[in-house]
Amino acid sequence: MIDFLMLMLVCCAFLCLFRIARGPTASDRAVAIDVLGIMIVAFGALMSVKTGKEFYLTTAIVWTLLNFIGVLALSKYLENRGFDD
Amino acid sequence: MRETIGYFFMLIGIIFDAVGCIGLVRLPDLYNRLQASLKCVAMGTTLILFGTMIIAGVSAVGAKAFLCLVFILIISPTTEHALARASYIAGVKLWEKSVVDRLKEDRQK
Repeated sequence: MIDFLMLMLVCCAFLCLFRIARGPTASDRAVAIDVLGIMIVAFGALMSVKTGKEFYLTTAIVWTLLNFIGVLALSKYLENRGFDD
Repeated sequence: MRETIGYFFMLIGIIFDAVGCIGLVRLPDLYNRLQASLKCVAMGTTLILFGTMIIAGVSAVGAKAFLCLVFILIISPTTEHALARASYIAGVKLWEKSVVDRLKEDRQK
């Protein structure tokens, strides 16, 4: 069961990678990167259920926060503003 | 029993994820794609973490899953708003069949 769920999640990740490779503008790529980051958190949760180890969820929390900061920095860059206003 | 309920929630979450990613590939416009994909994927990931929480029960793993769930529920709309606004200001065009543009009307006032 859990292997099937992980396989489906990997297929979704390939769809995201297609959008990252294809996307016409930089904003499309930023959106796809955000979606991919959230799905990596789901993958961490599934790995922690499969192996019974705890640090996958710790990694997932850290990944969530870093993804947040990274996407905010990307959107500020797209908006042509400095990082301090 | 508890594992069955957890896997059921995870299956629903994966279906949400798949629908969001299909929307990310198929839809014509950046704003449509943002609308379709990011909300669906946040909901699906939240359901997967909820299933993890049910399987783990009351323990450290369950507490971490709950913390991650709350973070995603707070963070995902924030990034969605920031990305939409930034790409509007950066000059990404709307789809030619879209009918309304409230931000432009607001700026003209």
